[in-house]
Amino acid sequence: MLSRTAASLYWLARYIERAENISRIVRVAHRMASMARSLGSAGNEWLTTLIATGCEPEFFAKYAEATGPEVIDFLVRDLDNPSSILTCLETARRNARAVRTALTNDMWDALNETGIRARERAREAVDDDIMGFLEWVRERSQLFGGAYSSTMLRNDAYYFTRLGTFLERADSTARILDVKYYLLLPHDEKAGGALDYYQWQSILRSVSALRSYHWVYHERLQPWLIAEFLILRPEMPRSLLSCYEQITRHLGLIAEAYGGKRGECHRLAGEIHAKLRYSRIDAIFQSGLHEFLTEFIDRSIILGAEISNLYLT
Amino acid sequence: MSSAGSVASISSRAFDETGAAAGYYPHYERIRRWLEDSPPEALQRKRREAELLFRRIGITFSVYAEGGSPERLIPFDIIPRVLSAAEWSRLAQGLTQRVRALNAFLFDVYHRREILRAGRIPKELILHNESYRAEMQDFDPPHRAYTHVAGIDLVRVGPGDFYVLEDNCRTPSGVSYMLENREAMVRLFPELCAGHRIAPVSHYPEELRDTLRSLAPPNCQGEPVIVVLTPGPFNSAYFEHSFLADEMGAELVEGVDLVVDDNIVHMRTTEGLKRVDVIYRRIDDAYVDPLTFQPESLLGCPGLFNAYRAGNVALANAVGSGIADDKAVYPYVPEMIRFYLAEEPILNNVPTYSCGNCEELGYVLDHLPELVVKETQGSGGFGMLVGPMASRGEREAFAAKLAARPHDYIAQPTLALSTCPTFVESGVAPRHVDLRPFVLVGKEIRIVPGGLTRVALREGSLVVNSSQGGGTKDTWVLER
Repeated sequence: MLSRTAASLYWLARYIERAENISRIVRVAHRMASMARSLGSAGNEWLTTLIATGCEPEFFAKYAEATGPEVIDFLVRDLDNPSSILTCLETARRNARAVRTALTNDMWDALNETGIRARERAREAVDDDIMGFLEWVRERSQLFGGAYSSTMLRNDAYYFTRLGTFLERADSTARILDVKYYLLLPHDEKAGGALDYYQWQSILRSVSALRSYHWVYHERLQPWLIAEFLILRPEMPRSLLSCYEQITRHLGLIAEAYGGKRGECHRLAGEIHAKLRYSRIDAIFQSGLHEFLTEFIDRSIILGAEISNLYLT
Repeated sequence: MSSAGSVASISSRAFDETGAAAGYYPHYERIRRWLEDSPPEALQRKRREAELLFRRIGITFSVYAEGGSPERLIPFDIIPRVLSAAEWSRLAQGLTQRVRALNAFLFDVYHRREILRAGRIPKELILHNESYRAEMQDFDPPHRAYTHVAGIDLVRVGPGDFYVLEDNCRTPSGVSYMLENREAMVRLFPELCAGHRIAPVSHYPEELRDTLRSLAPPNCQGEPVIVVLTPGPFNSAYFEHSFLADEMGAELVEGVDLVVDDNIVHMRTTEGLKRVDVIYRRIDDAYVDPLTFQPESLLGCPGLFNAYRAGNVALANAVGSGIADDKAVYPYVPEMIRFYLAEEPILNNVPTYSCGNCEELGYVLDHLPELVVKETQGSGGFGMLVGPMASRGEREAFAAKLAARPHDYIAQPTLALSTCPTFVESGVAPRHVDLRPFVLVGKEIRIVPGGLTRVALREGSLVVNSSQGGGTKDTWVLER
């Protein structure tokens, strides 16, 4: 297939996934902010939200202070922000238009309608309605996910789409976890307090995993278990390991489809995957969770560039 | 004189294709009954359904002049236009004849120029024309075919009187509407469709693919790799480009996807470079290759023209085809038919005044209220004056432009375009229409029975262009 087509599929999947992840992060931030006073938090929920989405530098180029309405506006509907939900949805639709022939009708329907309605819905969603909009974004992303996994031929087009989804998801899960661990907890707050507890809970909520945590661990929320759950557990579909299982699998399928030719992206993905597979959580904590996650995010970015080198340009 | 008066007079003498005045033609009988039996609310509902259908399919058409929103729906009229088998068969003969002559002309002007030597067309009109491509001299395209896809715009003024308004020999668009309009009609009105024997059109993409395949260079081995070259998603006809690529099972490429190496054209794929044999290009000559034509163009591919001239890749339509549909060359097409085919033209040409000619300019300036004046390089219904519709002020302003640059304009009498029943705000009413059938030229000439009918939705309007408030209709050619 055309490199440009593969690139568009990969990126449209990434943008849809990013829109969903940002909507999840904002929803949780909203919830945390509404409980902040009663929990005696330092009130930095919105700042940490910006950091978790990776949108902090762009935000402060425009605003002096991270207040709720401004952060929400910036993350949800600001078209100057390349990662706002609205920008993501519109970019995804533009990519879809550019590769219309590579999409199934169901995928196109999902993307087209999402892209068309997003602007209007984002504008209408003020104050309390914002939760409705964020919910809608998650639904639309899941509709797209369902559409492509149930209608696309299992060929290279599908593999590149999968790669986009899982690279973006891995990046997002790592950032959410990193922010909590590194920034969220004020230094004088004692670990294990009510605020700490709600913050960990919010992290699980943001990846729709609060219940599954309980199913897996049958235990109170413990930071190292949550970290293990989100990094190392293969049964958790948004964990870094799960994402990398998908990434290595689909990179492998692409190589097979193309006569076995492999490149640096295959080696690197395999290395990251192996590290996730054979690490133990206590060792990760010992050498520093933040260092581990930062390195993971950086190497994932390099992997994206390597995939692009081999296939997408 | 109020312009409304002349609008009414043109519309009142227009030919009604249903024959309503004298009791309906047989091929419109079922449509008449259907319209009588359908209350306006039912039609209204169907129209809304049609609109949803088209929006979902994603047919959009951007209008450059509007800026702003790049996507806008072309209104679709749910009442089909019907042509009888006899009407179509005559049309098809006329189209075949005309397109044969146009291709013979193109071969000639890029080879021995017999028609110019014979003095049947003024030499300078061709050789100094912007659309003439000297780079094509002595190049032999497969089957001597240049305009592989031609969209011939026809208007009708009487039962058997079809006039060619223009020959679109470069990159005519609109065929996707012909196909999608039929799909919509079959979905919305299955019974009405079943009650007619309508010649199918849905095989057009296969016919196009066969035509393109017949152009593959002689050194192409095995099944030729065909691609559709588009300027990209921001082009007004992008939907059509992707639609045709999809229907033909061909890659839709942009200039950046192509790379020329040693006069061989390749596309960049996830598996490396892949050779391309036939390019159905939907970008203008000027943008095909920055090394040969417009150097600043990013739409085409450097080296493409040399690869083409070397015979390693086919381009459809051929570079230089535009000289055949130039508005200043148009008056000579009947002459081409006589010269190359030794036949009399089956389809009429509209009498045309070249404003560059002093005498004719005088006539045009004196008769502006009756004439349509067009820019020779214009398209999309922009830059034209419809004399009877224009106010005195508009005509005076246009006369000044004409006098300043007479060579840029031609003028024609205002034709009373035929009308078809159309569903508008006030109910079912006659509206003016034209017709663009698509003629495919490869090893042989093929015409899918039908075409794109465009309809001027505003009462009395003669401008059917979608950029100026025109809509489309499904066009039914009956098989008997």
